[in-house]
Amino acid sequence: MSSVIDGFAVVLEPANLLYCLVGVVIGMLIGVLPGLGPAATIAILLPLTFGLEPVTAVIMLAGIFYGAQYGGTVTSVLLRLPGEASSVVTVFDGHALARQGRAGAALGIAAIGSFVGGTLSIVALTLVAPIVAGFALDFGPPEYTVLALLGIMLVSTISSGGRIRALTAAAVGLLLATVGRDDFTSAERFTFGNLSLADGIDFVPIAMGLFGLGEILYNLEERHRAVQAPTRVTNVWPSRADLRQSSGAIGRGSVIGFVLGILPGGGAVLSSMAAYALEKRRSKHPERFGRGAIEGVAAPETANNAAATSSFIPLLSLGIPANATMAVIFGALLIQGVTPGPQLVTEHPELFWGVVNSMYLGNVLLLIMSIPLLGVFVRILRVRAAVLAPITVLITLVGAYTVNNSVFDIGLVIGFGVLGYLMKKAGFDPGPMVLAFVLGTLLETSLRRSLLLFDDDLTGFLTRPISGTLAVAFLAVILLPLARTLLHRRHPSEPSVPAGGGTESSVPAGGADSSAPVGGADSSVPAGGADSSVPAGGADSSAPVGGADSSVPAGGGADSSVPAAGHAYPFDSAGGEAESSVSAAVRQDGSDSAVGASSGGGFGGRASRQRAAIGDPEAVDPAGTPSGAASDRVTESPRRDNKAEEAE
Amino acid sequence: MTTEPVDDRPPAAGPSTNLIAAVVVIALGGAAVAGAAALGSGPGTWPMIVGVALVLLGLILALQARRAEPPERFTRSSLLVVAAVASMIAYVAVIATIGFEIPTALLAFVWLRFLGRESLRTSIAVSLGIVVVFYALFVGALDVTIPHLF
Repeated sequence: MSSVIDGFAVVLEPANLLYCLVGVVIGMLIGVLPGLGPAATIAILLPLTFGLEPVTAVIMLAGIFYGAQYGGTVTSVLLRLPGEASSVVTVFDGHALARQGRAGAALGIAAIGSFVGGTLSIVALTLVAPIVAGFALDFGPPEYTVLALLGIMLVSTISSGGRIRALTAAAVGLLLATVGRDDFTSAERFTFGNLSLADGIDFVPIAMGLFGLGEILYNLEERHRAVQAPTRVTNVWPSRADLRQSSGAIGRGSVIGFVLGILPGGGAVLSSMAAYALEKRRSKHPERFGRGAIEGVAAPETANNAAATSSFIPLLSLGIPANATMAVIFGALLIQGVTPGPQLVTEHPELFWGVVNSMYLGNVLLLIMSIPLLGVFVRILRVRAAVLAPITVLITLVGAYTVNNSVFDIGLVIGFGVLGYLMKKAGFDPGPMVLAFVLGTLLETSLRRSLLLFDDDLTGFLTRPISGTLAVAFLAVILLPLARTLLHRRHPSEPSVPAGGGTESSVPAGGADSSAPVGGADSSVPAGGADSSVPAGGADSSAPVGGADSSVPAGGGADSSVPAAGHAYPFDSAGGEAESSVSAAVRQDGSDSAVGASSGGGFGGRASRQRAAIGDPEAVDPAGTPSGAASDRVTESPRRDNKAEEAE
Repeated sequence: MTTEPVDDRPPAAGPSTNLIAAVVVIALGGAAVAGAAALGSGPGTWPMIVGVALVLLGLILALQARRAEPPERFTRSSLLVVAAVASMIAYVAVIATIGFEIPTALLAFVWLRFLGRESLRTSIAVSLGIVVVFYALFVGALDVTIPHLF
């Protein structure tokens, strides 16, 4: 307990307070730029933290992280452009409120909800993380091998763009991690005689290139004009009635967010959708949702922040990043000489508690700064993208240089920027690649140590209880969807989701076979969403075969709203590449209800595409429209207007 | 249920682009396998596993190329990206010799004026402003050892 308090003492030092403040503000400023989600923002700003003491640097990073998250909310509400996948559902009611002139109330309640959700989640993290870490202290190389594999596999499963593509990206990440001198034999691998590569490729240029520069290049191609931002936002404080109306939503959102956030991958995304669904279901007037219900903003924003916080648990206690953003933070910690893992809490308590407690501070500062700074954000949003692009690009290039004072690093950033751009064009999500790169060395080292331990006998993994259990989970993640796809092909027309009560109705495969952990997710989504068919913000990645074709059409009978839009072709039931992403689809006994939540995008940038996937709730036939028809109506996207202009 | 891809993405490319991506993946995997074989067992084992995995994944991608979600087509505006990359390469090439000030101003100007089609006045003002702020921030405040002229 005393170490917890010591952690507070560290955080409250004036210098640390200042850097946390700077982090939150800069994070918000960059995060507000459309298309740059938290992973990209942190990657671009990484160099700012290098000159600092480890604790201070981590505190600043936490600030940047929270700031960037909130920045995404601002664009969702004001511009209908979710800065990240976890803010996609915020758009429905948030933008509706903005159109009623109540953008201030929406952003205010989002800040308050984020604060409450984040804070409750940190309290839970404070209690849970040391326990998990204590449990993980017994982990040896075999456990880490399987854990790292499982982590990569789960993140690939929920990534956008299909599972095979995600796994391909992950494999390339693993290959990149082998560049440099081999730890065991000192043999030089894939260095091509280049001295700059002998120590391996640095994490920073990879993250800055793939997430930061790749995103900027991708946006360059498509957007030249800033979208219309409202001129000013008034009434920043939510009214007392708003607060009263949202209090329940904030409480429930915190719990959902925390629980789902611990799961690898889509925690924040899934939890925001689940929280929205739950509020809609509980509401006495569900028809208000999509037309500016304040709870519709409070619930998902609370949940995604709570989830973002609880996703630190696997990172800090196991040393396994649960998603792309955590992978960037993992890399940042490594650069600071901090190796996240089970030993962190016992060996470096000041750092561990410094990190955890800085999150309290980040949340408080977020609340304090977001409200007065709203005017500034609105002004930034009105600055043309053409002006912002060179600024971000130069920050990235000069920043890349400052890491090692190396021009070679700038070259690497550009190279990976081009790669990131090409990957996005070809439908490959760079997230799994960065994650796999970060975990690559750990994975290889643990695997080789394990094989030494087991005398090259792979079955050795099954002989240890923990690694054995994890190995079975790992196999399940691989085999279940495969089996499901095969089964489904045989009966393409049957809705494959068992129609039995709420809980078991989670899609047997697809999202669910990420099953061990994500299974929980599925069952709770239904609990929330049952008869309010909820957005499948979807995007490029697909819904699980069964989920998709059983739930979405079922929307036909549903009494409610926002249907799945997304790139509808994944719903094409014949299977094709119907790889599943995070998704939960439920069908209750009567076919009058369906929840399909398929979320793609996860990693920052992709969200920029998802804007189109967001149906205008009002444009949707209340009788429920199959997703295809609904998506045809999604034409309000500002970018489309731009394109039309360009065409002229 | 089949529907048209919605939205404002650039037009989809044909399955051939998927095929090209698959071929690139297979080639990369093949190169990794060759490199790993040269390293021999021990240091080469893990790259070999990853290389084989890449080849297999590439083959699956190739098989799925027709059915998979089509990637985005490269359009005329993709040329903007080419120009942007070229400007950055030029930037890297000269920064070590002539310092960061002039290349930074030029890069910003090119992006503003030609890629962003901003007015001449805005372009000059913003690019000079960026240099001044960067100088104050990196050389003045952060004392970074970035090569600089002044």
